[in-house]
Amino acid sequence: MAAGPMKMRTSLGTGFTDVRVLMTHPMETGLRKDADGKVVPLHFIQNLTVKVNGKTVIDAEISQAVSRNPVFSFRLKGGAAGDKIEVSWLDNHGESNAIEGAVA
Amino acid sequence: MNRLRRSVVALLTLAIARPLAALAAWNKEAFSAKTPGDALKSLGIADAAPSKDLHIEAPEIAENGAVVPIEITSAIPGTTALIVLLEKNPFPLAARFDFKEGALPFVKLNVKMAETADVRVLAEAGGKHYFAKQEIKVTIGGCGG
Repeated sequence: MAAGPMKMRTSLGTGFTDVRVLMTHPMETGLRKDADGKVVPLHFIQNLTVKVNGKTVIDAEISQAVSRNPVFSFRLKGGAAGDKIEVSWLDNHGESNAIEGAVA
Repeated sequence: MNRLRRSVVALLTLAIARPLAALAAWNKEAFSAKTPGDALKSLGIADAAPSKDLHIEAPEIAENGAVVPIEITSAIPGTTALIVLLEKNPFPLAARFDFKEGALPFVKLNVKMAETADVRVLAEAGGKHYFAKQEIKVTIGGCGG
């Protein structure tokens, strides 16, 4: 399975904004064997960044222990309709992806 | 003129490339550590105090170790980072989140757990460290195949 598209949903609460983001990624641990008994090499997201209106608010480093097709929920202080939210990731193969959306 | 322009471009490239590389920092030593103690040492965390203001919401029993949901909320004032350790995984350090101005110290994620173990969460606030733990019983491990 290759890395693929992302999905994001934001919802405005009272005094905060929830961000839920889904990444398509195999998150291979390097311990799993395929049908032929060959070890599937390590392939996982290492870095995750959340930006609001271009400013980084969350920086994360993660390991292969995060489940396949990772889903994260974050909570931002305040927020208003129209705020631009961007989430991006970078994996150990140098592949990356990003999604951008506005708070509705 | 051309030479000047080229050196300006080279300088600019350096200036842009540096912060990008810094952004993509990944603590290889801490993530390669095989025990929670070594992982903490690599993160520069010497001691942590237990805290009731650090909340872990996770199932007591996870039937499928491949997807164990964990929700973490810190009510410790000035929390700037949350660290997740899965104590009995081959590489215990699972994640580190740095929260800057504009983010609340909250995160929900799914992790893989090899076997029944404690999940240990640490919070960093004002240069000090705090921790909370919860045991999660795992029926089927989620690290191998």
